[in-house]
Amino acid sequence: MSEKQQKASAYWKENLGYLFILLAIWFAVSYGAAIIFKDALNTIQIGGFKLGFWFAQQGSIYVFVILIFVYVRLMNKLDKKYGYDE
Amino acid sequence: MNDVQIWTYALVAITFGLYIGIAIWSRAGSTKEFYVAGGGVSPLANAMATAADWMSAASFISMAGIIAFAGYDGSVYLMGWTGGYVLLALLLAPYLRKFGKFTVPDFIGDRYYSNTARMVAVFCALLVSFTYVAGQMRGVGVVFSRFLEVDINTGVIIGMVIVLFYAVLGGMKGITYTQVAQYCVLIFAFMVPAIFISIQMTGNPIPQLGMGSTVNDGSGVYLLEKLNGLSTELGFAEYTSGSKSLVDVFAITLALMVGTAGLPHVIVRFFTVKRVKDARKSAGLALLLIAILYTTAPAVAVFARTNMIETVSDKEYSSMPEWFKNWEGTGLLAFDDKNQDGKIQYVADKAKNELTVDRDIMVLANPEIANLPAWVIALVAAGGLAAALSTAAGLLLVISSSVSHDLVKKIFVPNISEKGELWAARGAATVAVVIAGYFGINPPGFVAAVVALAFGLAAASFFPAIVLGIFYKKMNKEGAIAGMVVGILLMLFYMLKFKFGIFDGGKAAVEGLKASWWFGISPEGFGTIAMLVNFAVSLVVNRFTKAPPENVQQIVEDIRIPSGAGEASSH
Repeated sequence: MSEKQQKASAYWKENLGYLFILLAIWFAVSYGAAIIFKDALNTIQIGGFKLGFWFAQQGSIYVFVILIFVYVRLMNKLDKKYGYDE
Repeated sequence: MNDVQIWTYALVAITFGLYIGIAIWSRAGSTKEFYVAGGGVSPLANAMATAADWMSAASFISMAGIIAFAGYDGSVYLMGWTGGYVLLALLLAPYLRKFGKFTVPDFIGDRYYSNTARMVAVFCALLVSFTYVAGQMRGVGVVFSRFLEVDINTGVIIGMVIVLFYAVLGGMKGITYTQVAQYCVLIFAFMVPAIFISIQMTGNPIPQLGMGSTVNDGSGVYLLEKLNGLSTELGFAEYTSGSKSLVDVFAITLALMVGTAGLPHVIVRFFTVKRVKDARKSAGLALLLIAILYTTAPAVAVFARTNMIETVSDKEYSSMPEWFKNWEGTGLLAFDDKNQDGKIQYVADKAKNELTVDRDIMVLANPEIANLPAWVIALVAAGGLAAALSTAAGLLLVISSSVSHDLVKKIFVPNISEKGELWAARGAATVAVVIAGYFGINPPGFVAAVVALAFGLAAASFFPAIVLGIFYKKMNKEGAIAGMVVGILLMLFYMLKFKFGIFDGGKAAVEGLKASWWFGISPEGFGTIAMLVNFAVSLVVNRFTKAPPENVQQIVEDIRIPSGAGEASSH
C-alpha cells in the first residue's frame, strides 16, 4: 500500500469510529428513551412533562440537531489532521 | 368581505409577488444552473431552501392536527421526519456531494456502472415524487377554498400556474432562492400563532416550554395533566401514552427516518453547495431550521386539542362561535345531534359521538379557536401556501431532471445539446405540473395513504443501494439491482394488500386484514422490513456474482476523501 492509500484508509477508519458512536446515541434517544423504555421513563416527571413522552416529542429532536453539529466539528478536525481540508 | 379575507388577499398577494420577483431575478441560463443552481449556494441559503423544500403542506397543515388526535402515537412523525436528517448528514450527503453529479439516478447509474440500475432508480424517483406532489396541490386547493372562498379546483389551478412559472423559468436556482423566502414566511406564520396561544394558555411565550407548564387559570394544574384528564374522561386514550403497539411505533419511526434520507428531492439539495464540508454543515443547519417547527408542532397540538375540547364538549350547538360555522361550511367539521339535546357530545364511543373533525383543520382553525386577530389568521393561510408551493416546486424539479437528464440525455439522446436539454427539462416540468394538477383536482381518494407509500418506497429502494454504494466497496450491480427491485416490489405488494385491500375485495376489507399484518407491522411501517430485505438480497446476490470493476472501486475510494470535490458536473 502506498503512503497515500494508508493515509486514506486511516482517515476512513477514524470516520467510521465517529459514525458508530454518533449513531449509537441517535438510536439510544429515539428508539431507546422515546420508544422501548418510554413507560419506565414516564414514571419520572420533569415540570409538566413525563420524561419518556418528552423524549418522543421534544428531547430526541434536540439531540438530533446536536449530533449533526458535533459530527461537523469532529469531521472538520479530522480533515485538518489528514490534510484533506480546503 | 370581512377582515380576515382582506388580510388574506393582501398577504397572499404580497408573498406571491415576492416569489415571482425572485424567480425572474434568479432565472437559470444553463443546465447546471437549472439542476444544481450552479453549485455555489451558501450553506445557510441551502439549509433554508432544504427546510422549506422538506416542510410540506403535510408538516405545516396536517402534522400538528394528527398529533393532536393521536397524542404520543403522533411522535412517530416528529422523530421520523427529523431523525432521518442524522442519517442523511452522516451516511449520505458528504459522499454524494463529493461524487458530484446532478441527480440520484446519476449516482446509482454510475456507481453501479449500469443503465438498468439507472432506469430502476428513475422509475423509483418518479413514483415517489409524483405521489408526493399530488398531495401538495391538494393542500394549496384547501387553503384557497377556505380563506379566499374560491372553488378548490380554481385554487389548484392558481397554484399550478404559480409553481409552473418559477420552476420552469428558474430551475433549481430560481427554486432555491424562492424557497429561502418561503422558509421565512412559513416559519413566521407557524410561530406567531403558537406564541400567542402559548401566552394565552400558560403565560409562557415559548411554546416548547409552555406545553410543559401549568395552566394559566391559577389552578396550578399542568397543561398535559389537564389534557390527559379531559381525554380519559371522554373515553379517549391518555394523551401522553398512546395506543399503538411498541413494535409498530418502532417500525414506522424507522421507515420514516430511512425514507427521509432516501427521498430524492431532499438528497439533491446537497449537490448545490460548493464543498463537502459545506454539505455537512448545511445538513445540520437544515435540521436546526426544521426543528424550530417540529418542536413547536407538538405544543400546538396540545393547545389546539385542549382548546377544542373545552370549547365544544357538552356545549349548546347554538352557542358555537363563528369559526365553527365557517368550517362546517367546508364539510371538514360536522355535527350530528344524535340524542337531540342540542348539545355537542364529543366522545370516543363512535355510537354516541356527535362531532367529526377533519385532522387537517386543526392548525388552520387554531388561531380562530383562540380568538387571535385577523392578520394572524391570514398569516397562517399564507404560510400554508408557502409550505405547499415550496415542496411542490422541489419535487417538480426532481421529476423534470429525472426525465431530461437521466432519461433523455443519459439513455435516449446522449448527444443532445445543452440548450436542448434545458428545453427538455422545462417541457418535462410543464407536463409534470399538469399531471400533478390533475391529481390535485381529482385526488385518487387515498392521497394521504400514497404519501406514506412514498416514504416506504424510498426506504425500500434508494437507501440501501446508496449506503452500500458508499460503505461497501465490493458491492456490485447485480446485487444492487436485485435488492432495489425486490425491495420496491415487496413494499408495493404489502401496501396494495394491506392498505388498499386489492387482493381481498377492496378498501372495505382493510380493517379485517389488520389481524394478519406481518409481525404486527402496519403498511406505514413496512418500509423498515422491505429495506432490511433489500439489504439482505443485495448482499446475498453480491456474494455469488462478479466483483465490480477496478475503476468503480477506485471511485468509491475517492468519494470517501472530502477534498477536491470540484463542481457538480454532468460527465
